Amino acid sequence: MIPAAFAYHRPGSLNETFGLLAQHGEDARVVAGGHSLIPMMKLRLARPEHLVDLQDVEDLRGIRSEPDAVIIGSMTTQHELIGSELLTARCPIIREAALQIADPQIRYCGTLGGNIANGDPGNDMPAVMMALDARYRLERRDGEREVAAREFYRGVYSTALQSDEILISIRIPTPAEGHGYAYEKQKRKVGDYATAAAAVMFEMSGGACVSVAIALTNVGETPLFAKDAGNAVLGTAIDDAAISEAVRCARGIAKPSADGHGSVEFRTHITGVMVRRALMRAKERAG
Amino acid sequence: MAKMHLQLRVNNKEVETLVDPRMLLIHLLREQLGITGPHIGCDTSHCGACTIDMNGKSVKSCTVFAVQAQAADIITVEGLVGGDGSLHPLQEAFREHHGLQCGFCTPGMITRAYRLLQENPNPSETEIRHGIAGNLCRCTGYLTIVRAIRAAAERMNDAREAAE
Repeated sequence: MIPAAFAYHRPGSLNETFGLLAQHGEDARVVAGGHSLIPMMKLRLARPEHLVDLQDVEDLRGIRSEPDAVIIGSMTTQHELIGSELLTARCPIIREAALQIADPQIRYCGTLGGNIANGDPGNDMPAVMMALDARYRLERRDGEREVAAREFYRGVYSTALQSDEILISIRIPTPAEGHGYAYEKQKRKVGDYATAAAAVMFEMSGGACVSVAIALTNVGETPLFAKDAGNAVLGTAIDDAAISEAVRCARGIAKPSADGHGSVEFRTHITGVMVRRALMRAKERAG
Repeated sequence: MAKMHLQLRVNNKEVETLVDPRMLLIHLLREQLGITGPHIGCDTSHCGACTIDMNGKSVKSCTVFAVQAQAADIITVEGLVGGDGSLHPLQEAFREHHGLQCGFCTPGMITRAYRLLQENPNPSETEIRHGIAGNLCRCTGYLTIVRAIRAAAERMNDAREAAE
């Protein structure tokens, strides 16, 4: 499959990148790891006239620690996330989720920024970022802003990102020591998109859940922040009754479509199963 | 669109050529450079038959544009053969353990296994299976493929110990 013709640009800096985006406007697309955009170009579902490759923009790479947060550059690959000792120690749900994305070859190329900014509801990291209450730093030539992951997603392939903006980095408030976490993903085979998946983060204190966030992958037009499901376990010991109520709430907001992954009823059911398993596994890990 | 000048290293040889920006890396390798080890299977980044090693990473060359490989260092299955023509331990082990049936997936499997063993010289069977999750064998001959990779790992480790 041969994509439509385009001009290729490989800027070496953010300034150069913003210049290209300002010059070519809607005709330009940035490419990160390319494993979402290039297949779309091969199918000619995407036909950018100018392709702006971000691989040489060093400012978009790297994982660093601040006193109360971890900052991840948008061009950091899934492979680098998996290998990061900092993340494994301080925010292990990211490694757990990254290991369930696609396959090794794709994880060497695929980036965190591409996964979360593309707006594909099948991508795994958006729900994880919602559960972590991450904030996305977006920059354009003459300004910058931050948007919360929970506010970023509008619809299928539709996000708060404007065409002249680039996702620069992701700021994740450092989870408390001993927090509970899990990303549970049901898929038909290794590397597949989720039939349904659930990201869970919480903190326990004195035997009770004192903060919690639950988010869902691929059961709606956007990743879903399951606020009521979280509230159902808040203040409890995350016992069976609380988990069952969280499952009921999560199923209530799931709006999966019927496709190769299963019927609406099946995927709604699996949504509940994923929330239950994620809460139980996170509880085993907490403490 | 105007062709672009491209310089890269393929199997330890400097290559200089002109490419259309939209040319995929697999087409550069196969059609322009005549390196036909990497195969085009699914052409949708699922099957892994086009896997090459690029800058120390296993990459599906059907989903990378040739221009993105500017200044890259690429190894294909052809490049694993020693200077004297001797087979790489992985290639030998695939032959000995019959790690192939029709052979279509084999170059991708071996090239992927090469990087896997660079990163994890002593993988368990489970680690091998997860490590080659991006390579499909439609003859479903995985058992002997996994066995061959395991055998190659042992041989390479023995050779390394003997050298120390």
